[in-house]
Amino acid sequence: MSTLAKRSIKTEAKLQGIRLAVSMLDLTTLEGADTPGKVRQLAAKAVCPSPTRPEIPSCAAVCVYPALVGVARDAVAGSGVHVASVATAFPSGQSSLEVRLQDTREAVAAGADEIDMVISRQAYLAGDDARVIEEIVQVKEACGDAHLKVILETAELPSYDHVRHASMLAMEAGADFIKTSTGKAKVGATPGVVLVMLEALRDYTQRTGRVVGMKPAGGVSTSKQALHMLVLVKETLGDEWLTPDRFRIGASSVLNDLLMQYEKTQTGRYGRAEDFSKE
Amino acid sequence: MAVAPERTRLTWDYSPAPESADHVRLRDAYGVFVGGEFADPRSGKSAPTVNPATEAKIAKVAIAGEEDVAHAVKVAREAQRKWAALPALERGKYLFRIARLMQERARELAIVETMDGGKPIRESRDIDIPLAAAHFFHYAGWADKIGYGIAGREHRPHGVVAQIVPWNFPLLMAAWKLAPALACGNAAILKPADTTPLTALLLAEICQEAELPPGVVSILPGNGATGAALVRAEGIDKVAFTGSTAVGKDIQAALAGRDVGLTLELGGKSANIVFEDASIDQAVEGIVQGIFFNQGHVCCAGSRLLVQESVAEQVEAKLWERMQKLRLGDPLDKNTDVGAVNSGEQLTRIETLVAAGEDEGATRRTIACDIPERGHWFAPTLFTEVSPVHRIAVEEIFGPVVSMLTFRTQAEAIEKANNSKYGLAAGIWTDKGGKAFEVAAQLKAGVVWQNTYNHFDPTAAFGGYKESGFGREGGAAGLRPYVRVS
Repeated sequence: MSTLAKRSIKTEAKLQGIRLAVSMLDLTTLEGADTPGKVRQLAAKAVCPSPTRPEIPSCAAVCVYPALVGVARDAVAGSGVHVASVATAFPSGQSSLEVRLQDTREAVAAGADEIDMVISRQAYLAGDDARVIEEIVQVKEACGDAHLKVILETAELPSYDHVRHASMLAMEAGADFIKTSTGKAKVGATPGVVLVMLEALRDYTQRTGRVVGMKPAGGVSTSKQALHMLVLVKETLGDEWLTPDRFRIGASSVLNDLLMQYEKTQTGRYGRAEDFSKE
Repeated sequence: MAVAPERTRLTWDYSPAPESADHVRLRDAYGVFVGGEFADPRSGKSAPTVNPATEAKIAKVAIAGEEDVAHAVKVAREAQRKWAALPALERGKYLFRIARLMQERARELAIVETMDGGKPIRESRDIDIPLAAAHFFHYAGWADKIGYGIAGREHRPHGVVAQIVPWNFPLLMAAWKLAPALACGNAAILKPADTTPLTALLLAEICQEAELPPGVVSILPGNGATGAALVRAEGIDKVAFTGSTAVGKDIQAALAGRDVGLTLELGGKSANIVFEDASIDQAVEGIVQGIFFNQGHVCCAGSRLLVQESVAEQVEAKLWERMQKLRLGDPLDKNTDVGAVNSGEQLTRIETLVAAGEDEGATRRTIACDIPERGHWFAPTLFTEVSPVHRIAVEEIFGPVVSMLTFRTQAEAIEKANNSKYGLAAGIWTDKGGKAFEVAAQLKAGVVWQNTYNHFDPTAAFGGYKESGFGREGGAAGLRPYVRVS
């Protein structure tokens, strides 16, 4: 892993890597202060991150709270950008299963293509693996056709062994994606955690033939970190995983850093933060 | 519905990221470094040193002969008296100065190391050069504390020490040898390997810049004959050699009956043992690091992979898959994992032993990758179905070739690991701490790594058992070979 952190990504590889990273972004806003206006602006940015650089693709999805799914749905309509919604009493998951399932159903009914659920750390840390699995199975059912991303919240798990174990549980239970973090804990997608999850995912996919995707989230705020994530994917799983169908990055501020690095690589000059719109 | 813009690209490869060699200033020709000055060799002989990745000549380098050796010994003997008479703290200051100058010229040293030897720039930049400087820093600190490193015994320097280093870690091995020798008050005559003399000659320039008293360090580039003359020279008090077991035996025979100190760091066929309770992905990384580091040109390389049968299939599959991701090519490219084989001679040796492995019935798999047209290359290779009798399980290949064997029980692993004429290093992969210590205590190996491999540090002693040699380098233990105690 320390070797992979040293990969030197320059010139065309950097441009291509940045475009790839943008196409994999779940552009996210999960604030108490989110409003329809804010979500619409963010959605516009996800659909067309840089109007002056048409070669830069749309982001993969916008990710919002359930109450704003409808707004996001309308804002990205026809663009190919998906709407993802966190659900299941995000970020703590500390509600009854019925409430969490209802949360999921409402988000799907409002038009979410993808659901980001949290596992019950209450059950997992108490050793009740069966309950963790059963809950994921039920949420998956509630999702219907929507894709299910299962958040492990790795910062709250005690060790890499547990990260691997919880990844396996989530995949066995039917997760379409496994995801590191809510973005609300102290640390998010560290390279070590991402590598462990990618390895678990590789082993699971090789064993069962079922393809599961991966989404690091939380803490990925620079282009360097984002490109490093792509290196990890490329060198553990291979090029066929470098697609938004199989790999996503959950973040928001990283988009502007990617755009800034893109401009810098093209022009040789660094831009100012004010040169890029926040939403 | 608008058509979604193109969102996926299925391949993504790294652009070339070569380290620029523009700022490296090498001379066209290098002589011998004696008495603080470069001079033409008295032998009148020289030979070009070649970049093994391109076969381009880099510089013409002297081949020191017997007269050069005799002259260097005479100069060193005079210099040593004054050097040993200096307050130890002052000697330490010179070593600190050398260490700092190595850091200042680190980038240049790394590039030259890679050009001359073929190793990836990532390794010379991140391992060889920083570790070499760290050794000087470490022994600079010891200079005025030597008594504490040898249990308080009375001690004095040997005098003039002859040091011969190999081509796999040219500058690092020079640092391992020179730093403790100088700290203890010896004068040193160093002979770098004939295929990789350049960084030792840059180190000579650094000694000049550090204003090290002339004659304390001499660098005599040359070939095997130069080394043979050096160890047989009248007036040397100690020999330190790192290299092949065959040459080590020759040196020991030549010194028989003489009051000359000797330490040898020779070959190895080190066992890397993976138990079923290991973290397998982590172990696979360690196997790769153990054998493909520096193209396997590592005396302690984990070339005998011992895997518990219950996980053998899994380890084999994962290792083979991991090997596909290794990037072989231009050593100066920052993304290269496997560089060039050091010389045509070494390539032949690797090819011979690999052919023997196939003939004797082991299963060979070599990764498919583009091999550059010029230069010496060998792609990472995995042998399975290997039996302990096969030559590839017994002899040192010194290349990117790993031989995988299996075992059933802990006792069998220990027995197989020790069933070797060598005893340099070993690796143990298990998540059970108690097991790791229990096994380590029973391994006849100078270094045992637990859940890591090829991990070096100036504070840790390094050296072998049996035909891997004797004497220790590094840490406090590395002081002992450079002093006489009474």
